[in-house]
Amino acid sequence: MNKRVLEVNHATMRFGGLVAVNDLCMHIDHQEIVALIGPNGAGKTTAFNMITGVYTPTSGSVTLNSRSITGLRPDRIAHAGIARTFQNIRLFKSLTVLDNVLIAQHLRLTSSWPAAVLRMPRYRRENEQMYRRAEELLTYMGLWDVRGEIANSLPYGMQRKLEIARALATQPVLLLLDEPAAGMNPAESAELTELIRGIRDRFHLTVLLIEHHMDVVMDISDRIYVLNYGSLIAEGTPAEIQQNEDVIHAYLGGDDDEA
Amino acid sequence: MFDLTRVLQTLTDALSLGSLYALIAIGYTMVYGVLRLINFAHGEIFMIAMYIVFYGISLFTLPWYVTFTVTILVTALLGTLAERLAYRPLRSAPRISILVSAIGVSYFLQNLATVIFGGRPLNFPQIPLFTDVLTFGDVYIQRLSLIVPIVTAVLLLMLVFLIKRTRTGMAMRAVARDYDASSLMGIDLNRTIAITFFIGSALAGVGAIMWGMKYTRISPTIGSMPGIKCFIAAVLGGIGNTAGAVLGGLMIGFIEIVIVALFPALSGYRDAFAFIVLIVVLLVKPTGLLGEKTTEKV
Amino acid sequence: MTKVKKSSMLLSCLLLAALVSLLAYIDGSASSYIVRITRLCAINIVLALSMNLVQGFTGIFSLGHAGFMAIGAYTVALLTIPVAKKETLFMLEPLIAPFNTLTLPFGAALLIGGLLAAALAFLIGLPCLRLRGDYLAIATLGFSEIIRIVITNAQSLTNGAQGLKSIPKTANIWWCYGIALAVLIFISLLISSSFGRALKAIREDEIAAESMGISLLGHKMLSFMLSAFLAGVGGGLYASYIGTIGPDVFQISRTYDILMIVVMGGMGSISGSVVAAFLVTIGQEWLRVLDGPLPFLPFWPENGVSGMRMVVFSILLLIVILFFRNGLFGHREITWSAIGRRLSALAGHHKDGEVKAHE
Repeated sequence: MNKRVLEVNHATMRFGGLVAVNDLCMHIDHQEIVALIGPNGAGKTTAFNMITGVYTPTSGSVTLNSRSITGLRPDRIAHAGIARTFQNIRLFKSLTVLDNVLIAQHLRLTSSWPAAVLRMPRYRRENEQMYRRAEELLTYMGLWDVRGEIANSLPYGMQRKLEIARALATQPVLLLLDEPAAGMNPAESAELTELIRGIRDRFHLTVLLIEHHMDVVMDISDRIYVLNYGSLIAEGTPAEIQQNEDVIHAYLGGDDDEA
Repeated sequence: MFDLTRVLQTLTDALSLGSLYALIAIGYTMVYGVLRLINFAHGEIFMIAMYIVFYGISLFTLPWYVTFTVTILVTALLGTLAERLAYRPLRSAPRISILVSAIGVSYFLQNLATVIFGGRPLNFPQIPLFTDVLTFGDVYIQRLSLIVPIVTAVLLLMLVFLIKRTRTGMAMRAVARDYDASSLMGIDLNRTIAITFFIGSALAGVGAIMWGMKYTRISPTIGSMPGIKCFIAAVLGGIGNTAGAVLGGLMIGFIEIVIVALFPALSGYRDAFAFIVLIVVLLVKPTGLLGEKTTEKV
Repeated sequence: MTKVKKSSMLLSCLLLAALVSLLAYIDGSASSYIVRITRLCAINIVLALSMNLVQGFTGIFSLGHAGFMAIGAYTVALLTIPVAKKETLFMLEPLIAPFNTLTLPFGAALLIGGLLAAALAFLIGLPCLRLRGDYLAIATLGFSEIIRIVITNAQSLTNGAQGLKSIPKTANIWWCYGIALAVLIFISLLISSSFGRALKAIREDEIAAESMGISLLGHKMLSFMLSAFLAGVGGGLYASYIGTIGPDVFQISRTYDILMIVVMGGMGSISGSVVAAFLVTIGQEWLRVLDGPLPFLPFWPENGVSGMRMVVFSILLLIVILFFRNGLFGHREITWSAIGRRLSALAGHHKDGEVKAHE
């Protein structure tokens, strides 16, 4: 059970003179739910972007199941088994809910494009398989009834769920969620917490999430990493983090500004 | 091989062509700066300006200074009108719509010009004050070749003053930096964009007058090639950056003239140089020589 | 569901039969002018569908179509003009081997033209497809112009500015519609496959598509090369249709002509491109009246104003662009089930929910 899924070793991301993430070291074990927290601008999303290949770390490395994925393109990293959602929802807006989930399975397709155009038997099988998996996922997420709707027309909460469904459709081993509870009320975030746990158990997933809702974070996380000004300032269980002086300082602001 | 007169001749040719490109490129870069739009109709506005000069001088025999003033004004208004009618209604639409609209305007102006002015090339009027040839020893220089760089430099200085020192210029810079925020800060977007088109088109009008005198033949399709090249010049210098547009224009002018001077066999391929330069630059430094880096936020 | 499929299949076959008889009628009894326009419609369908694949479905704003057409057109011309004709044609410089002695059947020449265009698209795509929106537009447009400049200068291959004459007019109504139909079926099957969905995903959001494991360069290249192949085939048909080609035929305005069909029909709609190809091609012919005398207008020149139709046509286009932003069809398609839904809606039945969900 203690298998390392993700390992980030001394990863640094520099943009010109600005060090967005400095010497980040973290690891996540199989089926853990880990949260990455920190004040705005602490470098959380940059860390996500390094892990998913949107940025190549200036130095340091990232490994998935002990295989290095440093500097790979985002699509190769998705193949390797990391899926993500985005802070400012990025669905395929004018396509249907069903299409969104089908598209996310395209990476597992083994047929070539001529085989797909000619509707060869293997492609037909794979395509049917995609539809079945999409039905299964959408039903699980409670989105099957709206499968024919255009993604953009869904209410906000459903769009967030669809993004998670789409990420799951890539059959990841590690799921990265960027502020999944943003804009949700307490009842909705409680439901989301349950959903994430359920997903973890059902799909044997490992989850890394960025979140600002502290109730969600404390409720769901096995462990927490805290970033401030690009550097890791604490790591531990929710209980440990709640006691940590540095974290309280960072959040309540030693520089006396906003709480 | 090394021959001082030829070198001087080539350099003045390159400087004057480059300055012309620069003038037109400024219009592209200004519009791109505020609207993020390749104004495909800019080349056609430039073409129409030449016809106005032709009609003013050859047909109505107006004095050149009257004709030039009218031309610049009409051209500027035409550019502003195109923005008002064809671009403003699409400002909130996807960017591709407005790009297609720009192509549509260019298509329309070209067809309109063919109907009004006829498809056959015409001879641009010669104005001795500008088109006389001066002799310096063995070097023959049209007066125009000296006037063009000076006019470009003066207009550039005026433009820089406008952009850096006036409220209008400040508004233009603000819109270029952040469209939404500047409108929230109380900047009159419509006015600022209209002024941008007015100035950019007026510069195209000045460019057209000098282009016509230099190359003498005009036709309804004459705007498209200089148009594309000048957009390339703007990209080369870093789109949105006025000084960059001038640098890019000068570079393309020099490259074209100097390469043809060195390898006359390549003269048939002259129009291709700009594109090759563009592709190389985009691959090496996609933001252009003086451009700022922009990345999409993920 | 299979019942629905079967009946659409049947309806499609009926439509096809009707189309074939109509074409046979036109081919047999209509004036040669009508036959020409009918053929041009089919060629424009091929060109519009090929452009819609990159622009409408993949979201790549490529403006290199005229260049790819030129490759196809010159290949077909060089491979089909009879050897004897070629000797008289190339006056300034003789045609280089192997073209001086080689002639191939029209179909083979079309195929080679398409393949060459696709190969060139690969070379152009490698640098260009990495570029963002407008930069890509200007770079592809640039390549299209470079192709034209090379054609103008490669005297011993293309006969330069003199162009090529006496291209056999093999592209009759059956060739044109056969190919148009094949292209239509091909594009429909591609777009409705997993690959088509991936292309649409790239159009919608590149960053999200890449994060979902879709290789951007690979899929864009696929779309770009297929589009170039079809544009090459369309260009080859066009060469055989007009019989005489030169560098001026493939100016940027050719690309704009096709773009306008695609925009009018709706970027991302196959049916839209087909319908608009007919509308624009036939409409441009109807508008020819405008070039002639218009006696009901006061002050109008007695012999008419030539070129007036293009002015009116471009105004119509601008109206579509400004007021019908998504063209006639937007992303929608004409399908049998959509027609059925319309009909039953007209008849007062409402069973919307049932059909909606299925693609």
